[in-house]
Amino acid sequence: MTDNNCTKFNKGNETMTQDNTPISRKKFIEELRRYEKGSISRRQFLGTTGLGTAMAVLGGALPGLMPGRAIAQDLGDRVVLATWPNYHDAANFDLFATETGVFSQVNVFGSNEEMLAKIQAGGSGWDVFVPTNYAISTYVEAGLIEPLDLAKLPNFDAAAFDARFADAGTIDGKVYAVPKNWGTTGIASNTAKTGGVVDSWKTFFDGAKDQFDGRVMVHDYQLTTIGNALAYFGYSFNSVDPAELAEAEKLLIEVKPHLFAISSDYQPAMRNGDAWLTMCWTGDGKQLNTDLPEIAFALGKEGGEIWSDYYAIPVGAPHREAAYALINYLLDPEVNAREALAHGYPVADARTNALLPEDLLNDPILYPAAEALNALEFGAAVTLTDPNRAELMARFKSA
Amino acid sequence: MAMTRERARALLLMPAGIWYGVLLLFPLAVVLVFSFGERNPIGGYAPGFTLEQYANLPARFAAFRNTLTLAPLGTLAALIIAYPLAYYLALKVSARWKTTLLILVIVPFWTSILIRSYAWIYLLGGNGIPALLEAVGLGDIRLINTPFAVLVGIVYGYLPLMVFPIYVALEKLDRSLLEAAADLGTPPWRSFLQITLPLSMPGVLTGSMLVFILLTGEFLIPAILGGGKVFFVGNALVDLFLQSRNWAFGSAVAVALIVIMLIVVALYSRAVRRFGAGRDDVGLM
Repeated sequence: MTDNNCTKFNKGNETMTQDNTPISRKKFIEELRRYEKGSISRRQFLGTTGLGTAMAVLGGALPGLMPGRAIAQDLGDRVVLATWPNYHDAANFDLFATETGVFSQVNVFGSNEEMLAKIQAGGSGWDVFVPTNYAISTYVEAGLIEPLDLAKLPNFDAAAFDARFADAGTIDGKVYAVPKNWGTTGIASNTAKTGGVVDSWKTFFDGAKDQFDGRVMVHDYQLTTIGNALAYFGYSFNSVDPAELAEAEKLLIEVKPHLFAISSDYQPAMRNGDAWLTMCWTGDGKQLNTDLPEIAFALGKEGGEIWSDYYAIPVGAPHREAAYALINYLLDPEVNAREALAHGYPVADARTNALLPEDLLNDPILYPAAEALNALEFGAAVTLTDPNRAELMARFKSA
Repeated sequence: MAMTRERARALLLMPAGIWYGVLLLFPLAVVLVFSFGERNPIGGYAPGFTLEQYANLPARFAAFRNTLTLAPLGTLAALIIAYPLAYYLALKVSARWKTTLLILVIVPFWTSILIRSYAWIYLLGGNGIPALLEAVGLGDIRLINTPFAVLVGIVYGYLPLMVFPIYVALEKLDRSLLEAAADLGTPPWRSFLQITLPLSMPGVLTGSMLVFILLTGEFLIPAILGGGKVFFVGNALVDLFLQSRNWAFGSAVAVALIVIMLIVVALYSRAVRRFGAGRDDVGLM
């Protein structure tokens, strides 16, 4: 539902950019000629030209027309992935289809709660999904995900990962999920309007009632909206203490009439200038900053959220072997580097980072200085499931 | 003979029966059962028998208030806009143009309401209508993310559902009644009030019911054009089922909405029936 396109990282490694951009017209015609002459297979044609993903959808609707059945690796012909918006390089899925004959069907979600609700209801049909650190223990507790068979994930090298962004996947010594990306939840500000980078929740919320009246957006997400209101008071992002939550609620309800919107779809309003200030996830901050340099991204100095996403396989995944193959493929450092170039979220895998262009690794939005991260907290499982925080959010939204 | 006729009738009604049984009554029963249950500690539903969820309904008072203000208001606005249009289409426009104009009314339905609502974001946003108003000296008007924007969105979205039933009712109008009235010296406004309006009441009732019932369950337009600040019961339900995952409380809210809607619909249809001068054919849809 957002209008952001793939981020353009043109300055860095030229070959990377090539891999990342959609196929050019000239290349397409060349491939078409080769296909006509019979020098490449139909599957390869679909894969390289990007028609493969389109076929995956058609193939799902008309199973008899699926071209991928013939390849026998016991992988089947498709895999269903539930993930977040703007979080992959579509070309990677086409390449995966070319290599394995498995077509990826991608479903996009808006929150961990939504994913959890869908899996809890049963019959999600997902093979791979992307839970955030604080959701994993809940899935394990409810018996909704299974320990991963690491023998089937040779590309996962635990030693290559920064432990901070990998250890939430391991519970009671069993690996249930392997790391995808990490990031932060900070503040994006249109400096042309705000008169400078906003880097504290104090300025964010006080300014919302004052000089930024009618121009501020908060997430439609209790974890971050309440968490950052708690950070304003210097409390823990994860607090479930009734007295502290009451203060956060008072602040939010005071601010509400002055807000531009309560929405996690903040890119359109930031881009057209209706909103000047918003709570913002790393990748969105990077995308906004790349297209509109006057939009800055900063972390709140009182604190806030740091998070990491993981790949996991739900119990009863209909295409389990294909699920392992897809995760393993996406963990391949070269594939992962292309992913990072497309979505603009940092990676915890040292092998992948070694392949990324220097200016990306030095980008203060993607890889902030280590000490800037010190004030941040990982969301906790209880923060996700606490009914009082959920009710607080409902009172805030309906106030 | 009678047996076969009865059997044929049963056979013909079976698809509808199965449809309603499986897809309407069964889910409704589930919702009813859930509404007496509890929230599972990690979210979802845990069996139980408690009235706690119903006792907690005042916690969503604002959502009910917003819905029950904006839904009738939206229905009324749609009616005021739709009636003259339907009247014109049914009684005034030449046969040559009628089809074209009717198609134009329905054209917006060819695109998803989601896309059309997104278009309204830009129309009502800072660079849209407010910028035009500023150019003519009416500066600093905020339209997007207000209850007004939601009202514009819902009237826009549901207008065709109001136009068509009224159009159909007016189309069937026996024009000799109007001619007779004119022959007897009745002024046009009186024949409108005494003949046209009462005879079009079935269409008004059907259109209003269609629009009102759909508006009460609306969540998309308030979320998109209200910027998450205009909270309908529909939004409360989405949040309860997908965010806080309190399915028990969500079910109680859903049951309460259904009950309120049944009461409102019953009162409204009774009032309209009375206005329709006791005519038998003024029924619900």
